[in-house]
Amino acid sequence: MEIRVSATRMQLLATRKRLVMAERGHKLLKDKLDELMKHFLELIRTEHGLREEVEDALVHALPGFLEARATMSNELMEAALLVSRAQSKIDAASRNIMNIKVPELTWVIGEVQDVYPYGFYRTSAALDDAVEGLTMIMPKLVKLAEVEKSIELLASELERTRRRVNALEYVVIPNLKETVRYVVMKLDEAERGNLTRLMKVKEIVKEKRA
Amino acid sequence: MYKIGVIGDRDSVLGFKAVGLDVFPCHDKDEAKEALHRIAKEDYAIIYITEGLCKDMIEDIEKYKDERVPAIIPIPGMDGSYGIGLTNLKKSVERAVGADILFGDE
Repeated sequence: MEIRVSATRMQLLATRKRLVMAERGHKLLKDKLDELMKHFLELIRTEHGLREEVEDALVHALPGFLEARATMSNELMEAALLVSRAQSKIDAASRNIMNIKVPELTWVIGEVQDVYPYGFYRTSAALDDAVEGLTMIMPKLVKLAEVEKSIELLASELERTRRRVNALEYVVIPNLKETVRYVVMKLDEAERGNLTRLMKVKEIVKEKRA
Repeated sequence: MYKIGVIGDRDSVLGFKAVGLDVFPCHDKDEAKEALHRIAKEDYAIIYITEGLCKDMIEDIEKYKDERVPAIIPIPGMDGSYGIGLTNLKKSVERAVGADILFGDE
């Protein structure tokens, strides 16, 4: 705890002003922290359910491709999938949560009407199922990305805010309070010293007159 | 308009090609890292990485954590889920709250 001010009335006033400022800042930051936390927990809850759902769906959908590969030739399958004309795009807007820009992603699939990018000749039904399964979960997969990214961004902002709140609460404010106390004591002491000196002087003057 | 990329082993990612995503089949983590850094500079909003590869390149992924794009998301591949997604979530919570408030009792 450092006190590096000279004990004057000027310093006392300045320090008191800083203390008031620090307390106001602390209150504001604390409110911000609470609000951020509210959003954060909401996102966490969404993401928790979403991830489980997506992982479950993917674990079921992907082996379909293996199955398809088993029933048709390797080259044929790769050819079928690689000719895909579909072009998935992402439309990224941003949303503002407590002044933090988080992405808002929407999945845009190109102008292909048919989800199956290949002809049905010589391709197996397992492949159709697998592709369909994957198409079904794509919107969720995109949503998952959006939510996870938001969580990461919010987490870093939360961490920063929490540090600031703690620094103010446990370091800056106590230090300032201590400083104010120190200056007040010092001034009081000087005041008392002054008073006794005056009394003494008065006594001496009285004695001389008598 | 942004693009979506998928990095992973050939078997897992091929299917995503049919849905119109850009796939980057990789055999090992070095290849995957190189692909990640290359496409992170381009217009990709989301990069999915199969968990099998993801677990060996955590540091590379964390580099992009505080940027708005790309979002790098681990997904389970052919070999199933390693629970990396949940671990990441847990880490974020710990970072934000200072304690593990979600899975503490599990």
